[in-house]
Amino acid sequence: MTDALAERSKEYKYGFVTDVEMDKLPKGLNEGIVRAISARKKEPDFLLQFRLDAFKWWQEQEPPAWAHVEFPPIDFQDIHYYAAPKSMSDGPQSLDDVDPELLKTFDRLGVPLHERERLAGVAVDAVFDSVSVGTTHQDLLNEMGVIFCSFSEAAHKHPELIKRYLGTVVPPHDNFYAALNSAVFSDGSFVFVPKGVKCPIDLSTYFRINASNTGQFERTLIVCEEGASVSYVEGCTAPSRDENQLHAAIVELIALDDASIKYSTVQNWYGGDAEGRGGIYNFVVKRGRCEGRRSKISWTQVEAGSAITWKYPSVILKGDDSVGEFYSVALTNNKMQADTGTKMIHIGKNTKSTIISKGISCDQSRNSYRGLVRMTPGATGARNYSQCDSMLVGDQCEANTFPYLEIHNQSAIVEHEATTSRISGDQLFYLQSRGLDSEAAISLLVNGFCKEVFKTLPLEFSVEAVKLLEMKLEDSVG
Amino acid sequence: MLKIRNLRAKVVDGPDILKGIDLDVNAGEIHAVMGPNGSGKSTLSRVLAGHPDYEVTGGTVEFEINREPKDLLAMEAHERACAGVFLAFQYPTEIPGVSNSVFLRAAFNAICRAQGVPSVDAFDFRALLTEKLALIGMDDSYLERPVNLDFSGGEKKRNEILQMAVLAPRLAILDETDSGLDVDSLRIVAEGVKSLCTPHNATLMITHYQRMLEYITPDIVHVLMDGRIVRTGDHTLAKAVETRGYDWVRDEA
Repeated sequence: MTDALAERSKEYKYGFVTDVEMDKLPKGLNEGIVRAISARKKEPDFLLQFRLDAFKWWQEQEPPAWAHVEFPPIDFQDIHYYAAPKSMSDGPQSLDDVDPELLKTFDRLGVPLHERERLAGVAVDAVFDSVSVGTTHQDLLNEMGVIFCSFSEAAHKHPELIKRYLGTVVPPHDNFYAALNSAVFSDGSFVFVPKGVKCPIDLSTYFRINASNTGQFERTLIVCEEGASVSYVEGCTAPSRDENQLHAAIVELIALDDASIKYSTVQNWYGGDAEGRGGIYNFVVKRGRCEGRRSKISWTQVEAGSAITWKYPSVILKGDDSVGEFYSVALTNNKMQADTGTKMIHIGKNTKSTIISKGISCDQSRNSYRGLVRMTPGATGARNYSQCDSMLVGDQCEANTFPYLEIHNQSAIVEHEATTSRISGDQLFYLQSRGLDSEAAISLLVNGFCKEVFKTLPLEFSVEAVKLLEMKLEDSVG
Repeated sequence: MLKIRNLRAKVVDGPDILKGIDLDVNAGEIHAVMGPNGSGKSTLSRVLAGHPDYEVTGGTVEFEINREPKDLLAMEAHERACAGVFLAFQYPTEIPGVSNSVFLRAAFNAICRAQGVPSVDAFDFRALLTEKLALIGMDDSYLERPVNLDFSGGEKKRNEILQMAVLAPRLAILDETDSGLDVDSLRIVAEGVKSLCTPHNATLMITHYQRMLEYITPDIVHVLMDGRIVRTGDHTLAKAVETRGYDWVRDEA
């Protein structure tokens, strides 16, 4: 690690680089690269055709520019679209065969994969650049009939499920980045919970970008059959580098009758330094479909990293009486930019959605909430409640709210509340003058502001999320 | 308990506001510091509490902890609070999202931890709160409201005294606690403060008028002008200032 990097990783403790031999495809994107990725993964032909179709459409599109963020044009020919540790090149192996260097990396990230040290109560799929390193707790999950594996493995072992559901929530032609991902997606997680099964432990994927000049394009697909339920958590980090790296993922969730999916994200990609150098471009499409009656999809996100965050975890409420939820805390500091929110598309009768968004902007960052609530003509009796709160730290940051309402059914009820507040030196001093040290004071303030969101996270992740925000805020509040 | 010698302080990047303060406060005493606007009263209170906007440019402040004099100025704001210094703010800050009860318990337990006393559980703490609320005529509904948010001026001042009652400081500094209060609130707040004065603690009341002094008779009154204590006397000094004005003190000084 260079001195400069070491200096920076004091602030971002996940900024280290793992030195492993990589199998990288050359920079650039063309049909040959798309075919090569598919070939590396020995994919069934339908997946290759899926990729090629997406790639063809993508070539005809222009990158979208409507988000309230600024960045120089991305040179899509200057990116490696596939990078995998050489030791993983023979495809999925058992955890015992994994390169110790990779296991060490995940240990350092606080995600031990070894049988004896692994996290109790959470099954983890660890993704390193373009491939999955391994998935824990397989025995227990097998017993219950729950499938939780890397996307590549699923393509081999469960092609019929992939074929049935892939691209049904986020079609390849949905938008520019969705098409890009559909053409070059590398790895990610697949979850299938069969009818009536309540998944007994949390499932988690940990995404790690390590290689330089490399994009990460993972794909996650979660399907819950009738009456099934699952709680899924993703975490992510990347080394501190001066270049910007693209992360363009797709997450698709499908909930059948009475099924329930809870999807939580603690996002801590490297966000660049105080001058705005480096950091991840986090351009992600996340969407769930409440296909069945009384189904429920709940997104919780704690977005604390990335140079640019551009994503709207959404729910299509198709089944009657289905429920969509979006709970978000987005913190930006230094020169980070975030344009994030959700879309709630009400189609079924008596569908219900809740949006709670908390934006915290510090330093010279820019933080926008953008959300759409659409009540289609058939959404009789549908309801939405939205609450968007912004907190400003310092006087050089920016907070925006862009709510969009499209009401095409007179019986629908929509409520929207918004507030803006400020963490000030006065508040900190007030709390300190009552005996709280600055850490405890910030913790109290942040917890107070975000408590509606934090209480929806699985307990250990909630603790983690609070710590992460406190750490980021400490420098900014000073 | 408190010994201030030749204390000089200023707002960071500004001119000196305190220009050499000498003050001794002993346990069991009630002091009043009076002075016209801009004399440095609020600066004195904030410097003693450790406000980061102020810079001490000279002098010493000793505060007795376990009968040992300690350098108060070397301590962080929260350490001073944990050692028993309490500032009732002139303009209490609003803390959205944090309920009064959560805030009070966090503060109470932080001080307990610092003093090596076991912290109390939620149930016992609730009982303590109920008792202290009665003291200043507040009901339980205050506890679940966010700290000071949308409180009236009078409610904010009462809330300061509630905190003082719960945290039981050894040195309470009241910064213009009487300002912005109607007659009824003033009486309740003043009586609350009075009931908290014991032989073991001390109170420093900083005030422009002597309204509060009609309820609480100070043992010692100081007149602060242009950053210095220009006159010290008993409670009759406050009366004299009230009738004859600060110019009289200035002319005499």
